[in-house]
Amino acid sequence: MIDKKTIEIIAKLARLNITDSEASEFSVQLEKVLHNFEQISKIETTGIEPMITPTEIESFWREDIAQQNFTSDEILANAPARTGHLFKVPPVV
Amino acid sequence: MSFRGYEPVIGIEIHVQLDTESKIFCSDSTEFNAGDNENVSPVSAGMPGTLPVVNKKAIEFAIKTGLALGCNIRRKSVFARKNYFYPDLPKGYQISQYDQPICEGGSVTFKVENVDKTVSISRAHLEEDAGKSNHSGECTLINLNRAGIPLLEIVTGPDLRSAVEAAEYGRTIRQIVRYLDVCDGNLEEGSMRCDCNVSVRKIGAEKLGTKVEIKNVNSFRFVEKAIEYEIERQIEVIERGDRIIQETRLWDPDKNKTFSMRTKEDAQEYRYFPDPDLLPLIVSDEMIELYRKQLPELPIARAKRFQAVHNLPESDALVLTSEKSMADYYEETSAISKNYKASSNWVMTELMRELNLEKKLISESPISPKQLGRLILLIDSGSISGKIAKVVFQEMWLTGKDPEFVIKEKGLVQITDHGAIEKIVDEILSANQQNVEDHRSGKKKNLMGFFVGAVLKASKGQANPEIVNKILQEKLR
Repeated sequence: MIDKKTIEIIAKLARLNITDSEASEFSVQLEKVLHNFEQISKIETTGIEPMITPTEIESFWREDIAQQNFTSDEILANAPARTGHLFKVPPVV
Repeated sequence: MSFRGYEPVIGIEIHVQLDTESKIFCSDSTEFNAGDNENVSPVSAGMPGTLPVVNKKAIEFAIKTGLALGCNIRRKSVFARKNYFYPDLPKGYQISQYDQPICEGGSVTFKVENVDKTVSISRAHLEEDAGKSNHSGECTLINLNRAGIPLLEIVTGPDLRSAVEAAEYGRTIRQIVRYLDVCDGNLEEGSMRCDCNVSVRKIGAEKLGTKVEIKNVNSFRFVEKAIEYEIERQIEVIERGDRIIQETRLWDPDKNKTFSMRTKEDAQEYRYFPDPDLLPLIVSDEMIELYRKQLPELPIARAKRFQAVHNLPESDALVLTSEKSMADYYEETSAISKNYKASSNWVMTELMRELNLEKKLISESPISPKQLGRLILLIDSGSISGKIAKVVFQEMWLTGKDPEFVIKEKGLVQITDHGAIEKIVDEILSANQQNVEDHRSGKKKNLMGFFVGAVLKASKGQANPEIVNKILQEKLR
């Protein structure tokens, strides 16, 4: 059961502000979505290992070689605010 | 250990920064002294459309550490996303491992106040570091150089029972990762960071008390102090009749106190799930066996060998093996000198004193282990006395020259020629007639020391003391 309280927790975790009426609306919608997925859990899966990826191909790894392909100015180019070469964001603490 | 009828239960998580050249999921450099945001790429900045690719070296280091801690290495482990929002975590999740970590179920044994203590290692998993935040009041400044640096989080079972044990455990892990060359162990630069889980319960109680997590302690001395403080604080809370709140606390080294950072109410819910951007981490038996063969002899085994094979006292063996570089230096020295105890003494006293004075690493010693070994050989063969050897050592330290060269250059060879020593003895005796008479008549006792000292001094310490003694005894009879 997806109640309003659960919706509020999910919204908080996602850093979303939602109104009371939105919470009610979403709880009905999410309830339906989850209900659809519940049909999957009815499938008999005893003895079947959970699948992490569809292909069990060999792991692909990089050699440990450092490279610098970007300057800090390029990395900061999209930042809304900066101080020197640091990203500037609203105070966290 | 008992604390007013209470027993502390402590578990520790240590984040070990793996000493790779590049980050765990992209090729940004891990260099500590880089300019702000210089070691950042679209992957570590969390740009959309980028994909992580695993650094092979990080896997190697994780496996080697796991093997050294006696862990089982999972042939298939899984990277998971740990979701939370914080500005220094640009993707909104940290790539970590959750229910299938690469290393599980090991243990580590070390000495605490001369008693063996074994602590279980429940797991060690790979993850990426977050960036660094600087809070200035009106804003927070972010440097992402650290974002994506590989970490191995080593987690113990709730097996530690005192603050001292916890600190010793931390030092042991540091020693092991430095032996393995997988981490520089530099706590000031954040290469190792400790989280301590502390609870207390009445002695004999089965149920664990409510635990408090002390986060991000960056020295083992502070681990000890923070845990000590926390044990006392928790006992006081319980004795007052209050309840311990499950929370995260921080250690304030200036005030010597822990303080609350966040309580369980706003506790994080991380919503872990397997990272779809990364394949499961599959390692082969061959790979594990290869790394196992590459493991160096670990400190505890090495200390035991020094005691059993080299006949060194335990205290020597423990000091010498505290750092791999020192144990290596000692072994190279003793391989030349064939005199284990003398090699141990020279490394532990003379060499360590000079290194400490000049704040040098043993790898920077101007005296090579081979040179020190030969110096000891020269003492044992009677070419120089132990006293002169110290002079030679000083000269070697200053110049880096071979002991044989210094002895020749400074004319420090021990005089063993009977006639030459006799001549010096005669000079001393004739210059001190009064003392000779006093000695013979027994008027003054203990003048022998005076004569030996005078002869040695006159020979600039080069006369063989045994021969000096013998000649003096004959002449003063």
